[in-house]
Amino acid sequence: MTSPVPPACFDAVATPVLSATGLTTSFSRDGQWLPVVRNISFDVAARETVAIVGESGSGKSVTALSIMRLIPQQSGRIEGSVRLAGRELLTLPEQAMREVRGNEIAMIFQEPMTSLNPVLTIGTQISEALVYHRGLSRTAAEAESIRLLDHVRIPAAVSRFADYPHHFSGGMRQRVMIAMALACKPKLLIADEPTTALDVTIQAQIVELLKELQQDEGMSILFITHDMGVVAEVADRTVVMYHGEAVETDRTTRIFTAPSHAYTRALLSAVPRLGSMAGRAQPMRFPIVDKVTGGSDTPVEMPDTVARTERPVLEVKHLTTRFPIRSGLFGRIAGRVHAVENVSFSLHAGETLALVGESGCGKSTTGRSILKLITPDSGSVVVDGEDVLGMGARELRALRRRMQIVFQDPFASLNPRMSVGAAIAAPLHANRLAAASEARDKIADLLVRVGLSADMARRYPHEFSGGQRQRICIARALALQPKLIIADEAVSALDVSVKAQVVNLMLELQDSMKLSYLFISHDMAVVERMSHRVAVMYLGEIVEIGPRAAVFGDPQHPYTKKLMAAVPIPDPARRTTRRGISNDEIRSPVRAPDYQPPARQYREVSPGHIVQLWDA
Amino acid sequence: MLRYVANRLLQAVMLLVIVSAIGFAILHLAPGGPLSQFAASSQMTQEDLDRVTRQLGLDRPLPIQYLDWLGRMVRGDWGHSYRDGEAVLSVIGSHLGATLELMVTATIIAVLLGGWVGVIGAVRRYSLFDQLATVGAMIALSIPTFWFGLVTIYVFSIQLGWLPAGNRETIGDGSMLDLLHHLIAPAMVLALVETAMWGRYMRSSMLEVINQDYIRTARAKGLPERRILALHALRNALLPMITIAGLQFPTLLGGALVTETVFTWPGMGRLFLDSIGYRDYPVVMGILMFSAMMVLVGSLLADILYAVVDPRIRME
Repeated sequence: MTSPVPPACFDAVATPVLSATGLTTSFSRDGQWLPVVRNISFDVAARETVAIVGESGSGKSVTALSIMRLIPQQSGRIEGSVRLAGRELLTLPEQAMREVRGNEIAMIFQEPMTSLNPVLTIGTQISEALVYHRGLSRTAAEAESIRLLDHVRIPAAVSRFADYPHHFSGGMRQRVMIAMALACKPKLLIADEPTTALDVTIQAQIVELLKELQQDEGMSILFITHDMGVVAEVADRTVVMYHGEAVETDRTTRIFTAPSHAYTRALLSAVPRLGSMAGRAQPMRFPIVDKVTGGSDTPVEMPDTVARTERPVLEVKHLTTRFPIRSGLFGRIAGRVHAVENVSFSLHAGETLALVGESGCGKSTTGRSILKLITPDSGSVVVDGEDVLGMGARELRALRRRMQIVFQDPFASLNPRMSVGAAIAAPLHANRLAAASEARDKIADLLVRVGLSADMARRYPHEFSGGQRQRICIARALALQPKLIIADEAVSALDVSVKAQVVNLMLELQDSMKLSYLFISHDMAVVERMSHRVAVMYLGEIVEIGPRAAVFGDPQHPYTKKLMAAVPIPDPARRTTRRGISNDEIRSPVRAPDYQPPARQYREVSPGHIVQLWDA
Repeated sequence: MLRYVANRLLQAVMLLVIVSAIGFAILHLAPGGPLSQFAASSQMTQEDLDRVTRQLGLDRPLPIQYLDWLGRMVRGDWGHSYRDGEAVLSVIGSHLGATLELMVTATIIAVLLGGWVGVIGAVRRYSLFDQLATVGAMIALSIPTFWFGLVTIYVFSIQLGWLPAGNRETIGDGSMLDLLHHLIAPAMVLALVETAMWGRYMRSSMLEVINQDYIRTARAKGLPERRILALHALRNALLPMITIAGLQFPTLLGGALVTETVFTWPGMGRLFLDSIGYRDYPVVMGILMFSAMMVLVGSLLADILYAVVDPRIRME
């Protein structure tokens, strides 16, 4: 090293492992260079974890790919400086850069399901980096790969070496990705949203694993995420990105306790915090902070909207939905997915009941079974005193006016070739409820109600952001003036600040229209904020149900406790509390064809708070 | 797996029955018959014609004729040619080799050349090579096979005199070299459309794969580009090509029919056309059934091969 070492910033005394200065990445569009990341500078010291946090489109992933120089060369341009232990990476010849990738800097990605090659064994995929960068022989690489699999706590590593990616669950695949990244003992690991696609208990496992591996290997981590809770748990320092710029860079504790930039404050105020609702009776709006001025409103508790004395809007009793798994020549039933098993609950007018649980627990199937989008095997669903399951097609159509559904993905649930006005009017026309002129007024009214403007009716879905589209979906659901809305992960795909706004909108609509929500979600913190009652689902069954304050304040069932413990807390002060790594996978609700579910016993802990008894 | 194959074979049998019924009906609906060429001859009296018709069983109602044919077929009796009395299976057998020779050669050319052009076109998308390949494929797909065959004969046989204008061998020669010399032109003509199709399919399959997350993962591992393309990308891109190969088979068969006619190639295609001309019902039906079986077996093999190659399907 002949050139003088640049002075270290912050508390790092030696040369930082990674130092980005004035990093700017532009993409070519119609012959013009549009900067997507502008003038980003930060350092990552040895053994340090730095988080880059921001919402979608903030340029955080592009920053990560720029450091790896994985931006396509024809359409992308990277300027500025990226130094790895003092060595400039941006001017390296491609061949030399290849020696850096996977060797000195490794990267893991968001989607473990698609990031592994489906036709190669995981053994091949781990050992090839060892063969290329460290020149190991095949047998030595195999032995090392097995050691790595063991290191990331994959059970029975030896026997799994020759397995293909589809033999692994999402969480296990992310472990394989991590093993692959660690293969050459990199100085820096870039983790691009490594836990976003995972269930909350699995997310907690992966975060713990990364922390422990960092200690063992002594590497630095650049952690890209949108989740402030995860930031608080992992990062020493944090870079907050907004519209392609780093608006604030500081120690994580300071970012949380004394954010200086208005955007950071806006982001933090929109973050739902588990436990923040203790002592409150009613759901509460999120405070909305102006991203420019930093000024905030002070939310108050919502008024009591629940009509407890009337007959419930929705009564579900012993609902059971199973999916047969067929195989063989004559489609013999080889097993059944017990998606919904003996589920009972009721929902009053103006009330929100949250169904929470992890993927595969049957919460979405429950929602769809109630609307009879899927035909349940048995049980009863009574809406406004009428039995849904016994209805013919025509009656069902009429009844569906009173219950509507909003889905998770606002991009997939609007027809791209239909104007927004036409989409909202579709349910009106389908039910012959409005003439053309009347419909126009109605559409305008609905758009205003969900916080958009009336003249947007002529535009098409691609002209709107994700949050706006979800508002449109809500407007469409409201068109028929339903009493009940089933919100199936309706805010899960939205950015934090947008999520807060849509939750606020839903609360306002509930107040003004006396709506009932069946709020299906995996996000415990949002559920705590907006629901009156909570039902926890596990393997198709409700294991605990009760008033929100009771379930969150005094969880009884071990699964409820586990679920709550896994939620990352956006409070850096609690970072040191270790949870210990468990290897538990989410269990499967697939059973043999002759399986008889056991008769369950329940216990009432406090009024309305009911828990299924479990085997100790 | 065995159950799956059994299931598919059962479907295949039903399909064969349907194909044979439609083929049989169309064939007999066409005007004329096996005897129409004798009818013009003055040496044949009406009585003679009636007698032959009775002998061949052509006087019976069509459904009866069909069921009779089907019954024999199931027992392995494919009938005899009206022209020379030779057993249908042996007629097919003596023409099969020539057709297979042509088809296999054309397929090898198409897979190698088309595959290569497709991969390079996808990797260097919108490059000059890719654009030329795209235009070339469009031209190749628009040229009628018979026309390209005739042009080939005109240029290479008549004008340049490099290649023979037809047939499978020079009578009296028949050496390996002579066979190859005769094979070049028809194989090239038959391969033209196949190559263009393979090139296009390969390109789009490869394009889809190189944008997948796992290719980005491979790049992030710092692997050499060659290994990324040859191992990570190509393996995945070839999977759908297996299905396409199975689907391409009927097109290939149709192309062979035209090519064989143009190059007087002594294969099944020409035999088929000749037999239709003579209304040689047993041979036409025989070739129809044989081709249908080949198509069905081809697509079954493609599906089985897919399951063998793709680890996600292998486990069921």
